[in-house]
Amino acid sequence: MSQAPFPPITAPRIAALRRQRLRGWRRAVLGLAIAVAALVALTLMLGQSFTPPAEVWRVLSGQDAPGAAFVVGQLRLPRAALALLAGASFGMAGAAFQILLRNPLASPDIIGISSGASAAAVLGIVVLGLEGAALSLMAVLAGLGVAVLIYGLSFRGGIAGTRLILVGIGISAMLDSVIAYVLARAPSWDLQEAMRWLTGSVNGARLDQALPLAVTLILCGGLILSRARDLETLRLGEDTAAALGVRVGRARATVILAAVALIAVATAVTGPIAFVAFLSGPIAARMTGPRGSALLPAALVGALLVLVGDYAGQFLLPARYPVGVVTGALGAPYLILLIIRANRIGAT
Amino acid sequence: MRANAPSGAAATRAELPLRRALSGRRPLWLALGLLLLGALALASVAVGTRTVGWPDIALALRGQVDSIATAAVSARLPRTALAALAGAALGLSGAIMQGVTRNPLADPGILGVNMGASLAVVIGIAWFGITALEQYVWTAILGAGAAAVFVYGIGSLGRGGATPLKLALAGAATSVAFSSLVAAVVLPRADLAGGIRSWQIGGVGGATFEGIGHVAPFLALGFGLAMISARKLNALALGDELAAGFGERVARARAWAAAGAILLAGATTAICGPIGFVGLVVPHACRLLTGTDHRWLLPFSALAGACLLLAADILGRLIARPAELDVGIVTALLGGPVFIWIVRRQRIREL
Repeated sequence: MSQAPFPPITAPRIAALRRQRLRGWRRAVLGLAIAVAALVALTLMLGQSFTPPAEVWRVLSGQDAPGAAFVVGQLRLPRAALALLAGASFGMAGAAFQILLRNPLASPDIIGISSGASAAAVLGIVVLGLEGAALSLMAVLAGLGVAVLIYGLSFRGGIAGTRLILVGIGISAMLDSVIAYVLARAPSWDLQEAMRWLTGSVNGARLDQALPLAVTLILCGGLILSRARDLETLRLGEDTAAALGVRVGRARATVILAAVALIAVATAVTGPIAFVAFLSGPIAARMTGPRGSALLPAALVGALLVLVGDYAGQFLLPARYPVGVVTGALGAPYLILLIIRANRIGAT
Repeated sequence: MRANAPSGAAATRAELPLRRALSGRRPLWLALGLLLLGALALASVAVGTRTVGWPDIALALRGQVDSIATAAVSARLPRTALAALAGAALGLSGAIMQGVTRNPLADPGILGVNMGASLAVVIGIAWFGITALEQYVWTAILGAGAAAVFVYGIGSLGRGGATPLKLALAGAATSVAFSSLVAAVVLPRADLAGGIRSWQIGGVGGATFEGIGHVAPFLALGFGLAMISARKLNALALGDELAAGFGERVARARAWAAAGAILLAGATTAICGPIGFVGLVVPHACRLLTGTDHRWLLPFSALAGACLLLAADILGRLIARPAELDVGIVTALLGGPVFIWIVRRQRIREL
């Protein structure tokens, strides 16, 4: 072996490699963003009937459009906006949890944080008659409470991944029971409402519901993105990250807080849309490859999943499903596949 | 789990005096359990949205259903019988599953067996048009068996075989996944018996004596298989090599016992829907009272399961008045903490 199998690694070469990877990441993000925009446009135009783009534009820009104003402005636009915002929130928060806990199964919808927020939302609506900001706050507090509870219960001289997930599954079974209990006490057991709080739905969306979601997404999403580099470093392990200058405790607390807020505020409106948080991160990582942060792509994938799931649930399938049932049916096989793969490798 | 053996043995030694004291009084516990079962059955007949006095119960039991009170009692009779039967079946099924897999987290609910049965029935109704209760039972047992094989297969992939945590994770994930699929299959079919709720969350509210009659033979067969395999489970508890050394045919013993457990869980799910956590909690509590001898543990688990499900059903009728809470919701609320407690123990000891 007189000659090295690879050319020598020099600073310019590393820089070139990095640029190349960044370019690939940008291309993936751009592609996803275009796909999301195209889907939003499509869901505004298509429904029970077709509305030409010009009409849609007239409604959006506030001009008078007699035929389309109700269908586009009152039905399709709020729905698309909620699907977009909730999907992005779930996607980004899910990816943040998965990266932070270094386990694809540790997404908030599997370990019960979404169920906690949902239970609080149901309790707030049915028992306390809350709505708006107070409801969101209650959901956020419940989500945080569940996160702390799971962490505390699974902590035994270090966090074992499998234990955390099993504790989370146990808690989520209990919380789902609480939801069912509250709904059983509600004046009338309404299947649509029950499905919303157990699997998630954007039925009956109103445009004013989108505002808190948008604000939270911008604030908390921005906060998480600002910690993206720390999160990437944390993948290497806590000690390594600390040695590389990451304030581990602070970074972790910030990300968990922001991610729980994202999940909870979205859940208070749409319910815990099944498996979106769980699916988005891995799909995004597959699309971008091992370069760049998976957070932004995961948010876009989440939006894409909810938009497609909702459209399919409304128009493409033989019956009308709430979006959570569609994403649930998509996510279920993947969940099983992931367990099979994890066991093969011996990760659990 | 080999490395954990010393700590496991130490824990057992510390618990030994207590265990011996408790298990010495097995006949006493048995009598107390039967008494409790009787009391709960009476309470289950008496209590509900309308509470009924003793005279009316006595009248109704003699077959008079003229007043509202006696009618309420006669409507609650099949429900009480079903709760007791289903509880016994689930408790027993859990005890067998824990014995067969030597896994303290095994339970027909957690291992996905109940949800598998539920999914099979739902698919049978929605896609293949089965309507008779007998067909439900067969389909449910088929689904339960398939789910059990599937989960055990996934859980035993990779290094170390089917460790308790791996098996529980595979089961819980499968259960979540099946529950999602049940929703997807049932939701467009508003006409399905009992609707989506009863196939995702189990209950005993719609019980009839006719329905119980249909599953009774299956339950009886399951109980029989369970009692036959008690001695074999004792041998299996020593470890496969030792059991084989004592002349036990390990694979066959396991298969018979598992068949009994699946039969019990599947038949119960066919009539009640998926009820979780009974099979988890009951054997653990009984093991404290009777020790690990399956010849005592299995009957006790059946008895305690019947008591637990009756109590949970009564509770569900009381706390959500005037509405009713499905018993599956109550058992999840009660069983969740126990599940977490077992997961939390430093090292999960193989049974």
